[in-house]
Order: sequence, then structure tokens, then C-alpha cells
Amino acid sequence: MGRMTELPTKGGFSFDLCTRNDMLLKNGLQMPPFRKTGTTIVGLVFQDGVVLGADTRATEGPIVADKNCEKIHFMAPNIYCCGAGTAADTEAVTDMVSSQLQLHRYATGRESRVVTALTLLKSHLFSYQGHVSAALVLGGFDVTGPHLHTVYPHGSTDTLPFATMGSGSLAAMSVFESKYREGLTREEGIELVAEAICAGIFNDLGSGSNVDVCVITEGKTEYLRNYQLPNPRTYISSKGYTFVKGQTEVLSTKITSIQPKVEAVEGGDAMEE
Amino acid sequence: MSIFEYNGSALVAMVGKNCFAIASDRRLGVQLQTVATDFQRVFKIHDRLYIGLSGLATDAQTMYQKLVFRHKLYQLREERDMKPQTFASLVSALLYEKRFGPFFCQPVIAGLGDNDEPFICTMDCLGAKELAKDFVVSGTASESLYGACESMYKPDMEPEELFETISQALLSSVDRDCLSGWGGYVLLVYAALLTPTEVQEKILKGRMD
Repeated sequence: MGRMTELPTKGGFSFDLCTRNDMLLKNGLQMPPFRKTGTTIVGLVFQDGVVLGADTRATEGPIVADKNCEKIHFMAPNIYCCGAGTAADTEAVTDMVSSQLQLHRYATGRESRVVTALTLLKSHLFSYQGHVSAALVLGGFDVTGPHLHTVYPHGSTDTLPFATMGSGSLAAMSVFESKYREGLTREEGIELVAEAICAGIFNDLGSGSNVDVCVITEGKTEYLRNYQLPNPRTYISSKGYTFVKGQTEVLSTKITSIQPKVEAVEGGDAMEE
Repeated sequence: MSIFEYNGSALVAMVGKNCFAIASDRRLGVQLQTVATDFQRVFKIHDRLYIGLSGLATDAQTMYQKLVFRHKLYQLREERDMKPQTFASLVSALLYEKRFGPFFCQPVIAGLGDNDEPFICTMDCLGAKELAKDFVVSGTASESLYGACESMYKPDMEPEELFETISQALLSSVDRDCLSGWGGYVLLVYAALLTPTEVQEKILKGRMD
């Protein structure tokens, strides 16, 4: 009974290891910590469009797993999305909706709208009842103007002029609440976003490293990766470690050369000759 | 005790100049008892792509078998080997498919991409990719490995220096972890300009406690 070979599945989640994992949990083994993006993510609407910002630290429990990860994900040429929560969930859900938006663009022949991305995200997250732990700040500029939304893991959304999410959201929100006003210029918007992210970086332990900024305006998107680097490494020894060749004791060595693959050229001798 | 600490493992991959190295420990244990001292954690996918799998050993072996299966299908369809970036996306997708009942393994992928550019990447057990330009670590000794690699790594190392650095980082880190160690295994792939690409596999002498 059942298939003899495991064909690649048609998509969606597969639950066949759940019984085994439950058994392991009952026998006292603990689940490993997933990589989270502790995070400070922010967005604001300025006079010509939307500015999104994020820090770049990825954590695995208390350890920093990645000092310079990318949290601002591409959704469409005019729509970007910052993600906080479980890293695999934010990456997977933004990749999936980005592909769905591309297919929708091919079908309609029009530029994607931010509300389309919003609806696709919220319906996916709601159907998994919060178990897909992705908290997102979605921003973009379409034919109806600039839009900024927040999406919570259970599927609820808000439409706001300025928004913050993640463990550093309170630190960032304090900056926005004091300094935000309508009709900011592009430079003021970027400065304010960078300041809010820095507040998260320096005051929240789950956020750190650098500031990424993304500015979306009509017809143009600028992704300023590592816009600010406020935490450079200053403790490197100038000499570094130098290990003498032969310092490590080796028991056995095996060396193989990889032969370059020979390309078979078409149009050789005809077989009938 | 965490599921990851059932078997114990240590994996590290580093990038050098036109070369990369991937290293692992050799212990296989059942909680605190050592069962084997020659366990293979680094597997070959094709000549220029290797994957190391840390965590629960049974899941590591199952993951490897599934990946080899998928890669062979890819080779039959595309008539070429998979690029490291594509392979990393494949591993990520396979792991994320099991989001609510995951495989308890953390892969470390190392390979040579286009123009012999070295590529390394790691992911957590759900498939969240981390592409690094310097080094990636995984396993029960990962915290010590992070520290050792941060201090010992230098960019653009030649193959011999890269071998020494990765070996010393591995051996010093597993010394601070009860569950991994018992020797080391280092695989270094060097793509030189005129000579053919060379693969060196070395077994290291380490503390056997």
C-alpha cells in the first residue's frame, strides 16, 4: 500500500514527521530554537512615497547567527516587505506571495497593487491561525498612491502612516511618535527611519548591526543596503592569527583531481557513413 | 536535553581565495556514550558541491538520501550539475515543507559556483538561509566555533593557510564541547587557474575524549 518512491510533492506543507517529533518531545527532548529575526522593522509614508527600514541581526536563541542578514524582501518592483518573527516563515511567505504577484502581473498585464499583496499575505497567515510566525511591514507605491500596512502573524492588518514591528518596535515607535509629521521630504524621511532603526539597534538586544533602508516612489525604487554601519568591528588584531604550515597533525590525506567535463560537440560524423 | 544534543556534531565551512574548506568532527554518540569515531557528516553531491549535515544523525542521513535523489533527477532532466545557489534553495524548500514537523538537522552547504567562485551557506532546521562571505558554523559546538572563527578567520587565504585555520578553529572549538570531537575531517576544494581543480580530504588527529 502507498507509493513505492517518493515523488516531489505538489507544494504546501507535509506533516509526516509530526508523529515521530511528538514522540521525541514526550521522551523529554526539547525542540531546537528556530532562527528568529529579533528585529526592528519600520516604515513611513512621506510626501512622494514610502520609506522602509530594518536592522540586520538574525538570532538563534541568545546567539547572533547572522550579523548582516537582509530583512527587506522583494515582493514586486514597486512593493517591498520587511519581515520579523521566525526567519524561515518570513522568507517563505514573502517568496511565495512575490511569485503569486508575478503570475498575477502576467495574467492582468498591470503593475501590482499593494492591497493585492496585503490580501494574499493575510489570507495565507490567517489560514494557518498564527502558526506561521511572520510579522510584516508591507509598503509600496502603485497607481493609487503610496501605501503602508502592517500584517500580524494571525492575519490581522493595519493601514498606517508610520509603523514599527519586531522586538525593537517600542524603541523605534518612540522616535516616530516624537518626530513624525505629514509631508516629510525624502531626506527627512530617510533620516527619521535611520534614527528609528538605530534606536532599536542600540536599545533592543534582539536587534543589531546595520541599518537597511528602502525608498519607494512613483516609478522608482532604491534599495539602500547597509545605509548606515554604526557597529564596526574594532577588536581585530592587526596581525591576526597565522598558523604555520604543518601545525595541524594529519593522520591521512587523500587528493583527487577533478577532470574537467568534456563537452560533446554536435555536428560530428554522421552515423550513416 | 535538546534533540540536537542527542548525537552531537560540529561543522564549519570557510571561504578562501579560489577555494573553500568544509570540516566536521567524527563522533557519533547516543547522549553521553560514544558509539562511533568515524562518522561521516560531510557528503558529496557532485564534484564541486558538498553538504555537511549536523544535528540528529538519522535525519542527516535521510536528508542526504533525499537530496541525492533530487539531484540525480535534476541531472537527468537538465544534463548538468546543480549550481550551489540552486541547491541551497532546494535544501531550504525541502526543510520548509516540514515546517510543523521538521527534520532536526542543520545543513552547511559549500561549493564552487560560476567562474569557480566559492559559495557557502547554512540554514536552521526550517530552511532559513544564511549566505555568508566568510564562514558558517553548525552543530552542538557552534557557539565555540563562532568565537574561534571570528578571531582566526582572515579573508582571501591561500589553500594551505585555509586548511590550517579551519582545522585549528575546529579542534579548539570541539575541545570545549563534550558531545563532539574525537578527530576531525577536513575537505578542501581548490580551483586553480591552469591546473585542474583539486579536492583534498584529510583526517585530523584530535583529542579522543
